[in-house]
Amino acid sequence: MTINKGPSTPRSPRQVQMGLAASMLLLTAACGGGGGAQAGDDGDGPIKVGSILDETGPLNIYGTAMADATKLAIKDINESGGVLGRELELVSYDAQSDNAKYTQYANQAAQRDQVAVLMGGVTSASREAVRPVAERTETLYFYNEQYEGGVCDKNTFNTGVVPSQQLAALIPYAVENFGPKLYVVAADYNYGQISAEWVKRYAEEAGGEVVDTEFIPLESSEFGSVINGLQTSKPDAVISLLVGGNHIAFYRQFASAGLGESMEIASPTFGLGNEQGVLSNEAEGITVAFPYFQELESDANAEFLEMWHAEYGDDYPYVTDSAVAVWNGWHLWAEAANAADSLEREVVIDELESGVTYDGPGGTVTMDGPSHHLVQNIAIGEGNGENGFEVLSTEESVPPSFEQEVCDLVSEPDTNQQFTP
Amino acid sequence: MQMDALINLAVSLLTTVSILVIISIGLAVVFGMMGVINLAHGEFLMLGAFFTLSGYRAGLNIWLAMIVAALGVGLVGLLVERLLIQFLYGRLAATMLATWGLSLILVQVVVLIYGPSTQGLRTPLGTMRVGDYSMSQYNLLLIAVAVALLGLVFVVFTRTKYGTKARAATQLPHMAAAVGVNAKMTNMLTFAFGATLAGAAGALLAPVAGVLPGMGQAYVGRAFMTVVVGGPGVLTGTASSAALLGTVDSVVSNAFTSFLGTAALLLVAIVLLRFLPTGISGRSGRQL
Repeated sequence: MTINKGPSTPRSPRQVQMGLAASMLLLTAACGGGGGAQAGDDGDGPIKVGSILDETGPLNIYGTAMADATKLAIKDINESGGVLGRELELVSYDAQSDNAKYTQYANQAAQRDQVAVLMGGVTSASREAVRPVAERTETLYFYNEQYEGGVCDKNTFNTGVVPSQQLAALIPYAVENFGPKLYVVAADYNYGQISAEWVKRYAEEAGGEVVDTEFIPLESSEFGSVINGLQTSKPDAVISLLVGGNHIAFYRQFASAGLGESMEIASPTFGLGNEQGVLSNEAEGITVAFPYFQELESDANAEFLEMWHAEYGDDYPYVTDSAVAVWNGWHLWAEAANAADSLEREVVIDELESGVTYDGPGGTVTMDGPSHHLVQNIAIGEGNGENGFEVLSTEESVPPSFEQEVCDLVSEPDTNQQFTP
Repeated sequence: MQMDALINLAVSLLTTVSILVIISIGLAVVFGMMGVINLAHGEFLMLGAFFTLSGYRAGLNIWLAMIVAALGVGLVGLLVERLLIQFLYGRLAATMLATWGLSLILVQVVVLIYGPSTQGLRTPLGTMRVGDYSMSQYNLLLIAVAVALLGLVFVVFTRTKYGTKARAATQLPHMAAAVGVNAKMTNMLTFAFGATLAGAAGALLAPVAGVLPGMGQAYVGRAFMTVVVGGPGVLTGTASSAALLGTVDSVVSNAFTSFLGTAALLLVAIVLLRFLPTGISGRSGRQL
C-alpha cells in the first residue's frame, strides 16, 4: 500500500495487465544485486550500520533532515574514535515515502548488509513495516521520530518525543492560554488516530473539550470542508496533527480564509517538516512543543549547529527536532556499544536498558530502561514568523509517563505490542 | 440556515467544483480530442506549479508568473508530443506506458533541479468577510478562472481555424485528411494546448497547496475520475462531471467528514459508469 497515490485511476483489464508486467519488471530490478552476505560484527573492518528514511516523496519534508543528521552523526562518531575502535560504515536506503519499500529495505539491510543496528522510519506506518522484519532477523532497531507513543518491544528503542511528554505539555498550555474548545485536524493513519485520542484525554484533564475531530488522508491537500467546519464550530484553538507535504496546504488555507484572527493553532507535528520555513509569516503564533528547537541556548547546541552548518552550509533550513532525535539515537547506540564493549544485540540492549545518557543538543537525554523511551526536556515554542520559533518555556527531564506505566521490558521482556490510551 | 452560512457553503461547493474543472480540463482536451490517455498529466500540473514558483522568485509579478508557467508547460508538452507521443498514436497501451514512464522521469528531474522538499507561495489576495464567516478571495478567483478556462476551450475549438480542423480530425479523420487538414500539426497543437491547461492548473494551485515533486499524485486521480465520468465531450463532459462529483464531494464532506466525501465521490463515479459506461456525455455524440 503506497501512501502517495491519489484515488485510483480508471483501469481497463489491459491496463491492469500492463501494470502487472511493469511492477514485475520493477521488482526484479530491485531484487537484483543481492547476495554476498557479510557479517557486520566480526573482524576489524568497518562496522556496517543501516538507515532507512524517506528522502524523496511527500514525507521527505521530515526525511531529508533526518538523513542529513544520520550522515553527520556517523561522521561525528567516527571522528571521536568510532565504536569498539572501528569505523562505522553507513548503508542507507531511501524508502521514497512508500511503506512497501521499508519492508524490502529492512530485509536487505538485515540480511544482505548484516547491519549491527538498523535505524529509521519516518511515519508510524513505516515503523510498523520495519519492526517485524527487525524482530525476525534479530537486528537491533531504533525509531527516532516523534510519534503517538506506546510501542513496547524488546528489540526497539524510541528516541522521539511521545504524547505523555509532548501533548501533556501542549494541550494544557492551549486550554489555559487559548480557551477550552479544541478542534482536532489529524492525518488519517495510526499516528493521527491514536494521537487524537490523546488530545481528547489531555483536554479533558485540563478542563477543556474536543468539539470535533476531522481525519484527512495523507494525499489530500484540500481543506475546504475543514475551514467551513472551523467557522461553524468556532473553537478557541485548532490542534493540528497533520503530517506531510500535502498537509502544509491547511495552514495556508487557514491563513488565507482569515481564521487566524479568531482562533489559534497548536500542533505536535508543525515544524518537524520545516513547515514554518515554507509558510514564513503565515506561521507566526503557531504553538508547538518539542525537546529540541534550533533557538535553544546552550553550549552543546551551539557546538552541534556549528558542526551542522560546517557540513551542510550556512543556508541550511531549520534543523528540526526529528533530526536531533536521529542524532541522539546514533550517539546513544554508540555509547551503549562502547560501554558494553560489544555489538552483540542482547548485550547492547542490556547496556541501553541500564540507562545510558547522552548530552545532546537539546539537553541531556536518558534511556528509560523498562520502557525503551527517553527521559528528555520539553520546551514550548511559538512560530516567530521568521522561519523559526521563539522558545517560551522549558521543562527538564520529562519522563515518558504513559510508557513507564504500561511497559516494563526489563521484567517482561517478551512483551511486544503498542499500547494505546 | 443563516444567509452567511449559506453563502459560505455555496462558495466552498463552487470552489471544489472549480478545482475539479481546473485540474481535469487539460486531460479532457487531450483525451477527448485525441484519445490519448496522458498518465503524466499530474506531472505537467506539478511543472506548472514549480515554473510559477521560479517565475515568482525571479521577480515576476505572481499573475504574470502563472501565465508564463502555463505557456512553459505548453512548450514542454509540444516537445513531448514531437519526441514521444507522435510515434504512438493509436496504440493506447503503449501511450499509457510511455506517459507513465515520462511522469517518473519528470518527478526525478524536478527533484534534481529543485530539491525534494516542499515549497510554497503565499496565497495572493486577501480575506473577505460574509457575516460570521470569512473566506479567501483567491477561492472566488479560482471559480472565475474555471469558468474562463471553459470559455477559452469553447472559443479555441469553435471560433478558431485550428479548432475547426482539430474537431474535424477527431470526428472524421480520413475525410479531414482528404480535404487537406494536417493531422500531424493539429495533434501537436492539441497536445500542447492540453499541456498548457495542465500547467495553468498547477500554476493556479501553487498558492493553495504544497508545491512538491510528488504533488501531481494528489490531483491526477480525481482528474481522471472527472474525465472518465464526463466522457468524450470536452466541455459538456468536464463541466457536468465536475459539477456532479464536486457537489457530491463538497456536500458529503461538509455534512460528515472529508474522508466520506472522497468515498461518496468514488461511489457515485462507480455507479454512474456502471450505467453510463461511456460517461455523461457519451450518448450525446457531440465533441465539445
